[in-house]
Amino acid sequence: MDVIIENLPRFVDAFLVTLRLLVVSGAGALVIGTFIAALRISPVPALRGFATVYTEILRNTPLTLVLFFCAFVLPQLGIRLDYILAATIGLTLYTSPFVAEAVRSGINGVPVGQAEAARAVGLRFGQTLGLIVLPQAIRMVVPPLINVLIALTKNTSVAAGFAVFELVAVSRQVIQLNGQATIPILVAVAAFYLVITVPLGQAANALERRVRVLR
Amino acid sequence: MTNVLYDVPGPRTRRLSLIFSIVGGTVIAAGLIAVVVFLAMPRLNAAGVAQPGIFDPSRWDILLDLALWRSIWRGLLATLQMAGVAAVLAIVIGILLSMARTARSAFIRVPATVVVEFLRGMPVLLMMLFILLVFSSGAFAAGVGALALYNGAVIGEALRAGIASLPKGQRESGLAVGLTPLQVRFSIEYPQAFRQMLPIIIAQLVVLLKDTSLAYIIGYQELLNIGLRQGPTTFGAKYLFTLFFVVWGVYLAVNLLLSWIARFVARRTAAGCGGGMQARRAARVVAQLGGAGMVGAREPLDVPGAASDFTSGYQPGAGGMSGPD
Repeated sequence: MDVIIENLPRFVDAFLVTLRLLVVSGAGALVIGTFIAALRISPVPALRGFATVYTEILRNTPLTLVLFFCAFVLPQLGIRLDYILAATIGLTLYTSPFVAEAVRSGINGVPVGQAEAARAVGLRFGQTLGLIVLPQAIRMVVPPLINVLIALTKNTSVAAGFAVFELVAVSRQVIQLNGQATIPILVAVAAFYLVITVPLGQAANALERRVRVLR
Repeated sequence: MTNVLYDVPGPRTRRLSLIFSIVGGTVIAAGLIAVVVFLAMPRLNAAGVAQPGIFDPSRWDILLDLALWRSIWRGLLATLQMAGVAAVLAIVIGILLSMARTARSAFIRVPATVVVEFLRGMPVLLMMLFILLVFSSGAFAAGVGALALYNGAVIGEALRAGIASLPKGQRESGLAVGLTPLQVRFSIEYPQAFRQMLPIIIAQLVVLLKDTSLAYIIGYQELLNIGLRQGPTTFGAKYLFTLFFVVWGVYLAVNLLLSWIARFVARRTAAGCGGGMQARRAARVVAQLGGAGMVGAREPLDVPGAASDFTSGYQPGAGGMSGPD
């Protein structure tokens, strides 16, 4: 226990790095993912094909490989980034197809009848989408999106292998200096992750109950 | 499929759409060409020595070297070995956890719930580190243990959702003909739940396979480690980019193959049991339980029955784009 109190500032710093990775790459992934989802339902075949290929390739690539590319291969090509930025870009890219799939399945999950009814009463394309389909889709999309964010929180730990001093990397350092206290240190780190993931999970559950579409 | 969001496109809309298609295609192609040109440029390395561009043959000649393919094969085998052992253990753990979570006694159910929630909330890398340092087990056992526990928890939830989605009559009639509750579990409920959830379980195995690359960080000699860490030291640092492409290609091939099998199985089971509705409901439960690596985000697509008339989304009719004006 002493070890943890002694090293608390380091853990808090590391926690902030983890949080920063989560917030920045989460926001980036939401933007890119929504854009990709829009491309995938667009009426233009070229854009749709591009979005499909992008999603399939990134989803089937291990995160470790994506981060390796950003941290070690890009510098070889003359693009030098500092490691936190490289990890942020990697996490953003890796998470974006999952966001896209969540958004797309939300939009596809709105029953055809809703859009048909909107068309039948004479709403135009923009009105149908903006007033009928999207409001329902957003409600269905929020809980899966929060799950994506929870997964992202856990995935930030992979950055530990690529010279980013977030929770796991710092715990490794502290353990090297305090071998006798391995278990308490790792449990403390686990608690830091739970501080993020448990409230997110609760929020997902609460939101799901609040915004559920009753049909 | 007729489109519901807008009217059948007239000649003007079709022309507009064609133009957009061409413009969009050109933009994408231009982007790709820009990347290729950028890669092909000769560049200076850290020491200021000019090096040939990425597409220069001198960077790709190792593809003809048998030693490369031998080491890649060794890495792939190590990866598959870890994934295979972890997958078997994960399914066993999943069955045990789903049984514990559906137990009638709260003394079993509640602790099992806590364990499952805890396992699903932990980063796999942290679990690997924990097993490695606390049990000093070696990298292979640490990787297998962490992957088995994490994916076991996820598969357990999938099985539980599968059992929950079965009609109540299945269990009741089993009990009525005199089977013990355990017999009902194993000879009636699990076979159906397993079949329904097979696509989800396979999707989770893809996640597991991808996650074996985390063992690289704790020092296991697998594909990424052998290809991208040892490769450049054996063959020369200038080959890093080539090696990256080789390793990437191998991962993509294996994962896409597994995903394809998952989709194939999904179609087969959908045709076989006709229980698309239940599977879809169960799949939705799992998707919302989520946390499954990121598998939660993909569920609604890979599941039997979910591939209803809606998977193609809001797309204009197939003839809309190419038809003559």
